Amino acid sequence: MLSIKNLSASIYGKPIIKGLSLEVNAGEVHAIMGPNGSGKSTLASVIAGRETFDVDEGEISYMGKNLFDLPAEVRAREGIFMGFQYPVEIPGVSIANFMRTAINEKRKYLGLDPLTGAEFLKLMEEKKKMVDIQSKLTNRSVNEGFSGGEKKKNEIFQMAMLEPRLAILDETDSGLDIDALKVVANGVNKLRRKDNATVVITHYQRLLDYIVPDFVHVLYDGRIIKSGDKSLALELEEKGYDWVKKETA
Amino acid sequence: MVYKPEASDHMDTIQTTLIKDRLLDLFEKQQEAIRGSATPMVNRIRQHALSRFRKNGFPTPQLENWRFTDLKPLLNTEFVFDFSNKSRSMDIEKIFTCDVYDLDTFSITLLNGWFVYKNAPLTKLTNGTIIGSLAKAMEVYPELTDQYFGRAAKVEQHEMAALNTAFVQDGLFIHVPDGVEVEKPIQLINIVNAEHPVFLQPRHLVIAGKNSKMTLVHCDHSLTHNVSFTNTVMEIFAEENATVEHYKIQNKGRNSALVTNNFIHQKKSSNVYTNMVTLNGGFTKNILDITLSEPECQSEHYGLYLVDSNQHVDNQVYIDHAAPDCHSNQLYKGILDDEARAVFSGKVLVRRNAQRTVAHQNNKNILLTDDAKANTQPHLEIYADDVKCSHGATVGQLDPEAMFYLRSRGLCERTARQLMMIAFAGEVVSKINIEALQERIQHLVEKRLKGELSICDQCVLHCNSKEPTTFNIDMSKI
Repeated sequence: MLSIKNLSASIYGKPIIKGLSLEVNAGEVHAIMGPNGSGKSTLASVIAGRETFDVDEGEISYMGKNLFDLPAEVRAREGIFMGFQYPVEIPGVSIANFMRTAINEKRKYLGLDPLTGAEFLKLMEEKKKMVDIQSKLTNRSVNEGFSGGEKKKNEIFQMAMLEPRLAILDETDSGLDIDALKVVANGVNKLRRKDNATVVITHYQRLLDYIVPDFVHVLYDGRIIKSGDKSLALELEEKGYDWVKKETA
Repeated sequence: MVYKPEASDHMDTIQTTLIKDRLLDLFEKQQEAIRGSATPMVNRIRQHALSRFRKNGFPTPQLENWRFTDLKPLLNTEFVFDFSNKSRSMDIEKIFTCDVYDLDTFSITLLNGWFVYKNAPLTKLTNGTIIGSLAKAMEVYPELTDQYFGRAAKVEQHEMAALNTAFVQDGLFIHVPDGVEVEKPIQLINIVNAEHPVFLQPRHLVIAGKNSKMTLVHCDHSLTHNVSFTNTVMEIFAEENATVEHYKIQNKGRNSALVTNNFIHQKKSSNVYTNMVTLNGGFTKNILDITLSEPECQSEHYGLYLVDSNQHVDNQVYIDHAAPDCHSNQLYKGILDDEARAVFSGKVLVRRNAQRTVAHQNNKNILLTDDAKANTQPHLEIYADDVKCSHGATVGQLDPEAMFYLRSRGLCERTARQLMMIAFAGEVVSKINIEALQERIQHLVEKRLKGELSICDQCVLHCNSKEPTTFNIDMSKI
């Protein structure tokens, strides 16, 4: 589904990703872990199409297409979803209006008729239940005045609405208490299917107690320096990142 | 068909550039017609205003309040003046079909500054409310006009208000008696429709008696792309415990200039709310001058301006807290495209005795291009010590983070921009208290921000239909 080969990316001339390769197939859950500043969020941003980053080298193909040919909105319509580490507050734009616009722009791109008001409401009710979100939240402005937990829940709600093929969750667990973490993880698990894939970017192992990954990768200084199964995450928790750094030095 | 001064008129077409001496000369020659049926009191106020105009002339950018707004380019045009009402007998029902669906109003039309008589120049509703022509009101109710006329308009400080007062002839007159609530909004449609460049100075007087309640919806628009210059004065008196809501919608042609001088005088516990929406207009300057003369007044003022090409919009707000325990709030927001220019100058004066004043002032601008420009000057002058005041101003672009967020969900850049602009404007639109009007303005703002609203949409309140509504004014019926 997603194939990253020898990717290098920089911001304002400062290299962040330095030759990274990763393969993600349908049905898989990958966890990318690493210390602060290792390039985790940059990787997510480059895949989502944030233009502030420059791709200096390498390629990313997604569903057989060159990702760099597609602007951010087309990537989204092709099924890529990024859960933001810091979801943006947009005063005056209601979540319902936002989601309806997003879904219908995607449907238009796919050559489908737009959802009617009734169809949309039905879908929204269904997804709200799935991610255990309060109904009043959707009438509010996007993320405005939301608590950290509400913002992250809202990201998962949007993910449920858009039904992505590839979801990249950037530090979705940061700032969450254990209950919110469970809700978020539960939502992600419910959305798991054979034909979609999830990349979970996280700092801490605790999220992986709830979202069990098939693969764990350690990102350090812009490169994946070690990959393994879920036991790698536990080992990292126990021994810290220094252990991997030394091992690979 | 556009309005044409006819050869048979007893006066020849009066035409001049807006040069002080020429206007003074014009006044001398035409004073009989201008004084017309005005009361002796109004004529005395006129004379005083004329002397102020003789002294001060037109405002120049040397004045603080006109620093960024220069009238000069407008003054060199040869404007046509019309000192006799040619539209008085026009039956507006025949030439203008109103298709307002859900906004039920009592509507009044001014054509080129003159009152268009429907059935009678003055209508007295069953509840005693008088609505009609100011010229006629001066004849029929001189005690009312004399009591209020010119008492709020500060001709000493406002050059354009002095000019308007010097030449005052007609406009809207409303008197709501004590204790009366006018159920339907009163709608004033101000149409400019002329073949030649015209200079118009309508004058409005609104009196809301004690414990009364009224809503005024005021639309300014032009029917042609011709050059016009309107300099209007509105005086609003809110007596004790009166509630006045005033909505102003401006959708004028690129060649039109509009200066509105709005003076509001509030008595004890009165409540005044204004909302000024500028959708289009070549040159617009709105002056809002409010005096809170007695305790416990509420005064809320909103503004929205959406300008592009080389349009210029200037909002000047002055609130004088002259009594204790009054609350005032201002929120003005604007979106500027192309080379548009916006000016906001807001001043709140809190006098020494105005303790426990609460005053907030905010102006926010979004610039869509590098060439658009906004000048904003919020200003507080406080002499009382127990007050709660705030002011703020922002000039910026659409938040790029929010843009990326929306795009990352599949919205194209254009849609994302529109959604954010509509949301930005929505903060002001949502303050409109009449639901039907709010919906209509929201619809118009959305159309405007999607680039679908033009001057062809004519009266903004009547464009609910898909096809642009046109006023087919057949002058042969006049």
